[in-house]
Amino acid sequence: MSDMDEMEDGSGIVKKFMFLNRKAPHGTVYALEGLEVVLITAAFDQDVSMVFTDDGIYQLMKGIDTKGIEVKDFSRTYRALEGYDIEKLYVDQASLDARGLTEDDLIVDVTVLSVDEMANLMAEQDVVISF
Amino acid sequence: MPMVDIAGKDYEVDEEGYLVDLSQWNEDVAKYMAVEEKVELTDSHWEVVNFLREYYAEYQIAPAVRVLTKAIGKKLGAEKGNNKYLYELFPYGPAKQACKIAGLPKPTGCI
Repeated sequence: MSDMDEMEDGSGIVKKFMFLNRKAPHGTVYALEGLEVVLITAAFDQDVSMVFTDDGIYQLMKGIDTKGIEVKDFSRTYRALEGYDIEKLYVDQASLDARGLTEDDLIVDVTVLSVDEMANLMAEQDVVISF
Repeated sequence: MPMVDIAGKDYEVDEEGYLVDLSQWNEDVAKYMAVEEKVELTDSHWEVVNFLREYYAEYQIAPAVRVLTKAIGKKLGAEKGNNKYLYELFPYGPAKQACKIAGLPKPTGCI
């Protein structure tokens, strides 16, 4: 954002932020609020990774229909992440398996990681925030 | 929340004047918002406003300026996908002003 670039103090510090999404998309505000924080973090040109694990996987499900519960379906917003230069999306293999899901059930391209790979990725981060 | 009367119909807006219920939007609302923002709507303005509405329909969010600029460049060409062009149309911030006119919420990350 140009109006923000001008306000930068020139320090230009880029940290590695990982956002862990662990909860189902609806029923609590975690998923939606977490997504907003991710978009804001990206606006500050930070290095953002998103991880979907446990019920957080359901946030990325294709064909979500929220009409019956009268809330906004923000699942399509995950497809806008690319435009925000957020391209590091990771999914936990065990969480997919436990729910009988595969990558084909998800609305965005993700990298599927084993528990060990996930642990290594997490260890590389400067900041890990869980929603 | 405050109500405004536009062409004889009541609309709910938030404290910054953004339309609360996106589905109520129509051209009268756009024209009213444009007057509020001191923007004179031309075809070029409408092109951006309509683009924003399509973006929202697709992704369910109002894009940040940087993202809007890039997306417009892709769809309408580089001569429109730049800050100079968009700020000339919407001097107080293309995302902020054009979203208001398009009946969208204020963009996330718009500070």
